[in-house]
Amino acid sequence: MLNTLFSGDFPRSRWLTGLLLLIAVALLLAPFLFPGSRPLDTAAKVCIFIVLVASYDLLLGYTGVVSFAHTVFFGMGAYGAAIALAKVGPGWGALLTGGALGVLSAMVLALLIALFSLRVRAIFFAMVTLAVASAFAILVSQLFHITGGEDGLSYSLPRELTPAFRLVQDKVFDVRIDGRLLTYYLVLTACAGLFLGLLRLVNSPFGRVLQAIRENEFRAEALGYRTVLYRTLASCIAAGVAALAGVMMAVWARYTGPETTLSMDIMVNILLMVVIGGMGTLYGAVVGATLFVLAQNYLQTLMAGLSSAVSGVPVLPNLFAPDRWLLWLGVLFILSVYFFPTGLVGRLRGTGSGR
Amino acid sequence: MTHAEHPVLATDGLTVRFGGHVAVNDVTCAFHRGTLTAIVGPNGAGKTTYFNLISGQLKATAGRVFVNGEDVTRFPAPRRTERGIGRAFQLTNLFPNLSVLENVRLAVQARSAHGFSLFSMASRHVELIEQAEHVLARVGLLDRAGAVAATLSHGDKRKLEVGMMLALERDILMFDEPTAGMSVDEAPVILDLIRQIKADTSKTILLVEHKMDVIRSLADRIIVLHNGYLVADGAPAEVMSSPIVQEAYLGTGVADHV
Ligand SMILES: Nc1ncnc2c1ncn2[C@@H]1O[C@H](COP(=O)(O)OP(=O)(O)O)[C@@H](O)[C@H]1O
Ligand SMILES: [Mg+2]
Repeated sequence: MLNTLFSGDFPRSRWLTGLLLLIAVALLLAPFLFPGSRPLDTAAKVCIFIVLVASYDLLLGYTGVVSFAHTVFFGMGAYGAAIALAKVGPGWGALLTGGALGVLSAMVLALLIALFSLRVRAIFFAMVTLAVASAFAILVSQLFHITGGEDGLSYSLPRELTPAFRLVQDKVFDVRIDGRLLTYYLVLTACAGLFLGLLRLVNSPFGRVLQAIRENEFRAEALGYRTVLYRTLASCIAAGVAALAGVMMAVWARYTGPETTLSMDIMVNILLMVVIGGMGTLYGAVVGATLFVLAQNYLQTLMAGLSSAVSGVPVLPNLFAPDRWLLWLGVLFILSVYFFPTGLVGRLRGTGSGR
Repeated sequence: MTHAEHPVLATDGLTVRFGGHVAVNDVTCAFHRGTLTAIVGPNGAGKTTYFNLISGQLKATAGRVFVNGEDVTRFPAPRRTERGIGRAFQLTNLFPNLSVLENVRLAVQARSAHGFSLFSMASRHVELIEQAEHVLARVGLLDRAGAVAATLSHGDKRKLEVGMMLALERDILMFDEPTAGMSVDEAPVILDLIRQIKADTSKTILLVEHKMDVIRSLADRIIVLHNGYLVADGAPAEVMSSPIVQEAYLGTGVADHV
């Protein structure tokens, strides 16, 4: 049963199992453990980024494909849902149709990019994805009457997903069971399902071929695998999952703009999360995304506290000023790559390569 | 046209040029079912390059390759493998971070239809795993099945290399110096294996090998490559005594093997 659910791919380390359980329980009980809208917002973003980062790991960690267009697919899912909700109105039909169209276009775009460039050298593929990413960002800002341009789109959700909606009249454990809570659990369930689906994919015969391609593409070809087909299919699946994460982001944030879905910052963050967590181990996406999103949301608060605590000392308050949080994130990143070259998961498993 | 009329494998005027250097030059040769052909020649003669042209790792500058009469010259490597070509590489060419079992299992899986099975668990395709274990037993690596390929000794890597080709169950088997660098007690495992495969007369074997005693005991025929040219072709005794072979080998100090 558990074996089927996790596709026989267990954390294989007591510490890692503990850490993953902790994250799972915290996410599952987040509305009850950490009341307030900010913690819930953080928890939802953790869920969404776990899926986004895991789908990227399918490309980078499992197949050895370097792409910079992952935020484009994320954005296509988000904009698909957002445009439909903003233009058609806050109905389930608009949300589902828009979201589905976004996911579909993301997969078609991934297919086109793959057909045009996967045959050639890896560096060329990376450049093509980079060009597609900037072209897409420009397109979104040019088509402002549809996309809202740089300002993005704000919209309402179907009534059942709004804070005004009450599923149960009475509070449960002092928490209101409203549409916001419902949305959170929808996002959580979808993310858990997608993550387990990806886990199954990388442990399937198909997933094993992807790893063979990463390890030695030349030999995979000699064995008779048409590697271009495999990489193309992997790209399309990764794009589809990223777009689904985008749809969830659009639903959760009730706002979609270039800053929250398309910016190069997010692409870099995804890369950091994969590397910090550990490439080629989907559990790395869970650990990496959780730590990163937490740091992103709470490092500033933590530093503000630290800064005032050392206010008497020279230099130090400046060093810990909340504005410096990106610097400290950078420092954390460098330290983690230096001390855990195989990511946190590789480190916790105590192996050299994570596999 | 029935396939029986055709040699299993044939090259016609096969040529490849690297810049000004012609590594394989106008090689025309046919290989027949149930035979083992040894390919000899000094280092740099073009033996590995000839193999690369046949199995599709390299594109020919000129000439053609036929498998069972079908022109496969324009086929990429995976399609040639499909048509029946199996290849073991001279420079060991494994999936280094995967287990020994997984290396062979991937080869078994390659000839099954499971590669595009996306949502079944690879560990539940027991038949593929059993076949892989069977191959590991044949090459004497079953006790190392769980080891990471990169951690194997040189000799064991060579065995795995051969195992991966065997697992493909192709009709044409190309061994490129399979025992090179192996210790004296390891090499017989591979040589016995080649002998066993040869007993199955549906196979066609090409073997690049330097040790003349090995060639004498295994080969039905020898072809000699020198500077990219096919310079001799015939029964072992005849070829080994020909002046051109003596000369080819004298030039590189391998003469003591002859
Ligand atoms: N990809 C390549 N690019 C340039 N030269 C090559 C390449 N592959 C082989 N050669 C050259 O072709 C010649 C034949 O090499 P090879 O086939 O490996 O010889 P052998 O296997 O008989 O020792 C050598 O001179 C080698 O340097
Ligand atoms: Mg060679």
